[in-house]
Amino acid sequence: MSHYEAPIREPLVLGDKSYHDITEDIAKPIEGKANKHWYIAFGISLAAMLWGFGCIFYTVGTGIGVWGLSKNIGWAWDITNFVWWVGIGHAGTLISAVLLLFRQKWRMAINRSAEAMTIFAVFQAGLFPIIHMGRPWNAFWVLPIPNQFGSLWVNFNSPLLWDVFAISTYLSVSLVFWWTGLLPDFAMIRDRAVKPFQKKIYALLSFGWSGRAKDWQRFEEVSLVLAGLATPLVLSVHTIVSMDFATSINPGWHSTIFPPYFVAGAIFSGFAMVQTLLGIMRKVTNMEDYITRLHVEYMNIVIILTGGIVAVAYATEFFIAWYTGSPYEYYTYLSVGAATGPYAWAFYSLLFFNILTPQLLWFKKIRRSFIWSFIISIFINIGMWFERFDIIAIVLSKGHLPSTWWRFEPTFVDVGIFIGTIGFFFVLFLLYARTFPVIAQAEVKTILKSSGEFYKKRREQGIPSKPAINVTSSTPEISVVVSEEEKEEKLNSLFSKVGIFDPSTQTADDLKKISGVGPKLEGVLNGIGLYTFEQVSKMTKQEYDLLDSITGSFPGRAERDNWAEQAKNLLNG
Amino acid sequence: MESSKVIHAFYNDDEVLMDAVKAVKADHHHIEEVFCPFPVHGLDKAMGLAPTKLAITAFFYGITGLSVAIWMTNYMMIEDWPQDIGGKPSFSWMENMPAFVPIMFELTVFFAAHLMVITFYMRSRIWPFKEAENPDPRTTDDHFLMEIPVNNNEEELTELLARTGAVEINIVDKH
Repeated sequence: MSHYEAPIREPLVLGDKSYHDITEDIAKPIEGKANKHWYIAFGISLAAMLWGFGCIFYTVGTGIGVWGLSKNIGWAWDITNFVWWVGIGHAGTLISAVLLLFRQKWRMAINRSAEAMTIFAVFQAGLFPIIHMGRPWNAFWVLPIPNQFGSLWVNFNSPLLWDVFAISTYLSVSLVFWWTGLLPDFAMIRDRAVKPFQKKIYALLSFGWSGRAKDWQRFEEVSLVLAGLATPLVLSVHTIVSMDFATSINPGWHSTIFPPYFVAGAIFSGFAMVQTLLGIMRKVTNMEDYITRLHVEYMNIVIILTGGIVAVAYATEFFIAWYTGSPYEYYTYLSVGAATGPYAWAFYSLLFFNILTPQLLWFKKIRRSFIWSFIISIFINIGMWFERFDIIAIVLSKGHLPSTWWRFEPTFVDVGIFIGTIGFFFVLFLLYARTFPVIAQAEVKTILKSSGEFYKKRREQGIPSKPAINVTSSTPEISVVVSEEEKEEKLNSLFSKVGIFDPSTQTADDLKKISGVGPKLEGVLNGIGLYTFEQVSKMTKQEYDLLDSITGSFPGRAERDNWAEQAKNLLNG
Repeated sequence: MESSKVIHAFYNDDEVLMDAVKAVKADHHHIEEVFCPFPVHGLDKAMGLAPTKLAITAFFYGITGLSVAIWMTNYMMIEDWPQDIGGKPSFSWMENMPAFVPIMFELTVFFAAHLMVITFYMRSRIWPFKEAENPDPRTTDDHFLMEIPVNNNEEELTELLARTGAVEINIVDKH
């Protein structure tokens, strides 16, 4: 009973699925053609990305002065966007690492896409500090390498440098975690691929994964240890991001609750983005049987929990700012000053999007609804952007001296770069959804028997998950596979009769026109050198048998469908 | 040439495969390899594979990363160019250590994770442009393949494997 799971648990894989059905479902979006919606979405994203790149070139070419910054507000949209994207990047590793340590099976349907989201989000995040340097070609100065200034090294006391180490470690570790999990799934696509180019690409991407028992043993151990390493890593990254603010001496920033509060906020926003992306993806790639209401509900529960932590942190900040009685605390981002000042709209947006709307998720109907979850997730994405904007722009807009007071207004370049990163993010995600196995199919296969709807129903009826072995009726086909030399000989005798295809003088025919030949079989035939109707028309019983013994696929079909006759008709017609 | 022959027995269910592996082991045959589309829990134990030591290597790689971080922060901040930053002079590594904790942590994780994964790839012989070695494409889809070397005992083995529920049995010349 290794596959036992309490019947009260809802199934995680819906429908009457076998292992092979999972393969088919996951491979379909990759092997099929993209529909119109995909092209429209991709076109819009690409346009936004190019607009953003234009704004980046303009910034770099002209100078940071094209942004809305001033000597008083040196950080605004750029760092807001940086923190927003890094925060979004937190759900992926959390889902694949923390939920793995907790043995949560529902992670398996969503971890692949959540990790992809993480990696693409961290790309966007990394862009902002690099552009903000003003001279991005000097970005390598953040690395601890010997340089032209003698041995003036980087400053290891600075949280900004900790960020460099934390985010690059996070990005690279997430990448290898993701890729290692992808190897068996790429191998699955590789072994199904019909087109030679596709086969080559996926053979390269899968690193020659063969799936030996020893490989799987190591694979599972590596996954577990990586999860153990990534769990404190994911917590450390946003802790360090929060220290960019918390180690400063600005009122509203130098707050000791920032690390846990930022981490909770990051998970909150990351899960919201996963909810947004998967809400679209399950429809577009037909993954409704794998990303179910139950998955949506579980994610919403994480959102309520982390959103609750964030709400408590806001309340604490507001109370402490008031309780200190310090005039400098009067205009922090959560204070009476902020609620009544020129940024009141940002203050109330924060409370509305981040604190009020997620409370709807307490209702079971709402947190199990796809459309409601999608809308609320968009609201949280907006709310979490406002949180970072409020922390940075409101706090900096009222410094210690009234002479430093300044109101930040973004320019079109600020907005353009932000829109550009959203476009870039979706360009990457849309490409990913068409070329990568979007669900960790090898892992989902391991839970099919314990958590699949089909097996759960059978178990209720007392049918074991192990199929019965009936030796007398299902005696296996025992065959001796021919060696390479023998195959060569047979090929020679086949082609001495039908003739060899010469690509320089002849053109290949569409063999699929022969009834009974599909794209897969055509690939097999082309693979051994059969390309034209003329060749096929010369085949007789003897050649059919040779063909069967060489390819081993679709035995007897050529004779049954009388390919030679068909090919003759196609030649004459 | 008899000794280079192997039997490829195909199964289409993980539980049937597990029982088959146990049956073949109980009959004292050597299982050369099992190819699976997904991890089957307990298979390594049933086959008699030794536990992997990758987690232990990760621990030592982590220690290496930590040492590199300690050496690097000490050399760069304390020895080579000590500076007085914000009234916090760099006289001794121990006194400045709290500021170095994030770097020490990140490098520990960085070294442990990457070197362990590289070790895994090298040991399992997986890297870009490596040719796959699974004998049948179905083994990444829904079939399990057990490979057993033959020593003039084809009949006995095929009979045993058929009894364990193999759906296909091939005798292959392995070069």
